[in-house]
Amino acid sequence: MTITPNVSRRTALKGAVAGLIVAGTGAGGLVFGHGNAWAATAENLDADTFATLVQMSRDTYPHSRLDDSFYAEAVSGLDKAAKDDAGLKTMLSEGAARLDKEALGMKAASYRTMSSEDDRVAILKSMEGDPFFQKIRGNLVTGLYNNQKAWPLFGYEGESASKGGYIDRGFADIDWL
Amino acid sequence: MTTFSKNDDSVVVIVGSGAGGGTLGAELAMKGVKTVILEAGGRHETDDFQNDEWGSFGQISWLDKRTTSGSWRVAKDFAGLPAWIVKAVGGSTVHWAGASLRFQDHEWKAATTYGNVPGASLLDWPIDAAEMDPWYGKAEDRMGVTRTNGIPGLPGSNNYKVFEAGAKKLGYKEVHTGRMAINSEPRDDRSACMQIGFCFQGCKTGAKWSTLVAEIPKGEATGKLEVRPNCQVLQIQHNEQGKVTGVLYADKDGNQHVQLARVVCVAGNSIESPRLLLNSASSKFPDGLANSSGQVGKNYMRHMTGSVYAVFDKPVHMYRGTTMAGIIQDESRHDPSRGFVGGYEMETLSLGLPFMAAFLDPGGWGKDFAWWMDNYENMAGMWLVGEDMPQENNAITLHATEKDQYGLSVPNVHFDDHANDIAMREHAFGRGEAVYNAVGAVKTFRTPPYPSTHNLGTNRMSAEAKDGVVNKWGQTHDIANLFVSDGSQFTTGAAENPTLTIVALALRQADFIANEMSKGNL
Repeated sequence: MTITPNVSRRTALKGAVAGLIVAGTGAGGLVFGHGNAWAATAENLDADTFATLVQMSRDTYPHSRLDDSFYAEAVSGLDKAAKDDAGLKTMLSEGAARLDKEALGMKAASYRTMSSEDDRVAILKSMEGDPFFQKIRGNLVTGLYNNQKAWPLFGYEGESASKGGYIDRGFADIDWL
Repeated sequence: MTTFSKNDDSVVVIVGSGAGGGTLGAELAMKGVKTVILEAGGRHETDDFQNDEWGSFGQISWLDKRTTSGSWRVAKDFAGLPAWIVKAVGGSTVHWAGASLRFQDHEWKAATTYGNVPGASLLDWPIDAAEMDPWYGKAEDRMGVTRTNGIPGLPGSNNYKVFEAGAKKLGYKEVHTGRMAINSEPRDDRSACMQIGFCFQGCKTGAKWSTLVAEIPKGEATGKLEVRPNCQVLQIQHNEQGKVTGVLYADKDGNQHVQLARVVCVAGNSIESPRLLLNSASSKFPDGLANSSGQVGKNYMRHMTGSVYAVFDKPVHMYRGTTMAGIIQDESRHDPSRGFVGGYEMETLSLGLPFMAAFLDPGGWGKDFAWWMDNYENMAGMWLVGEDMPQENNAITLHATEKDQYGLSVPNVHFDDHANDIAMREHAFGRGEAVYNAVGAVKTFRTPPYPSTHNLGTNRMSAEAKDGVVNKWGQTHDIANLFVSDGSQFTTGAAENPTLTIVALALRQADFIANEMSKGNL
């Protein structure tokens, strides 16, 4: 898998307004973002399933501070796990197909092209008790928030012992009380 | 390193190396008693610990299969993980935050003080504050508890400063940086705290007291203590006279051995300890060892808990510094006018970003949840911990069908909140929110209980043999050379974090066992 973020171009994206982040898919499992902001390769899932799950991941935990590539990376973890887990692969493929079917019922071409974020979230809400949704959500709890590259973006500094802890690095520097 | 023969029936065998077992083993060894500690987990030294929440969780947690039932929310949020405790040398003292509080005098007499509480199986302890005072003193000195023995308190962190400012605005009086078994200055050959912020993951400097760094090495230095890691005890064995004779255990390769013993002390925490007694059932003891009362596994307590997190409009950086950084004790009193018996402590707590995602609102998602995570930097937090009611039906039982890797029944942990627990939690949530609102919180959140860290009461201490499992020395009522040495002895839970009391009881028990051995009674 390769994931190529391109932060500088992302802000100019039309799709960003509605939080749409997948521009399309190509040969060889390629999944790419609007304005070529990021690209990933689906290795085990088909590219459309992968693309749908990336959009679903952002809709589940939407953070404007996180580049789309973080969501693609989280889905990539599932894509890898699906290699030796046929049950997981089926769950993800069928789940993504269900999202599209629900979208179709709401007059959209597919889940990942539905222009209303509220409509997409409504679809997720309708299936939040399902194992498929919980799989995607659970994957993000670690796949997103335990991604060390994301920590500084949330103001979390992580490991500190090698730096001498915080005793001389602001453990008591609050100045607004 | 000393090793003892498996056929040496003169050794004391201790099952578990945490606050109870690790302290007891070290103390017995220092008294010259040959002691073998069998520890189910591996031995990770200070350098092996990780400043990484999930990495460490995988390294040290007790993750063997367990099931849950009952109305408590943990059964829904963490169905396979009822307890957040450690499987490693040092037990849960590797993970603990360090709060070292004595019980209040009245808490030794919960049944008398609280009166009839419908549905609760309250009982007075067979010991009291006067009996325990010298042992608490000894434990505080051993552990280097701040604000005792002339040891200064730890400095206040950002998370503490927010908490303290709110507490003072509300008029709370007993507010400070805690009585912590974390060195505020070098002591006992261990360094002072560097405010690393990963107390739950195993202290990287050894500033925090644990049996791993502070007790077991002293015991080993005497040549009288052997700690055998990766050895899970499967069964306690006994003879026809009903005395225990040793334990059957599996080593790291799954090979089974018998270690003979003069005395066996069970200290596997309040889920494994009763499970071991129940799994040791025999034709002579068909209901399990030491279970003539039927109380083994019953009266499981886990403290009333909850957390309040608050977001402010400016940064807090709560994760910088000790995981638990301060306390408000004003609500720990017994004051039934609040609508419940017993009391609770308010203690600051911080989680790193990864654990915040998992524990703030288990199962939560969407924009609201993302807002909280977006404001992580501006967040302060506290844990609420109070006395919960013992109830006979809250129990550790053997699962009817689920087996572990050794073919033994896994434990099921059943817990229903008592109405008193619910009323106390509601009150505590309200007061916690008030603390943060007093200093301008933008928003506060009521976080439900984490998997249990304070597991108590499942082999409780009682004056009468019919009411509990052990006597006032932790000696089982039924079998003279079988002891319980962990928090499962607790008759009631009190409001305080239990470790100091477990250590004090272990020191006292070591004294009793050594004396009884020298008198030829054991």
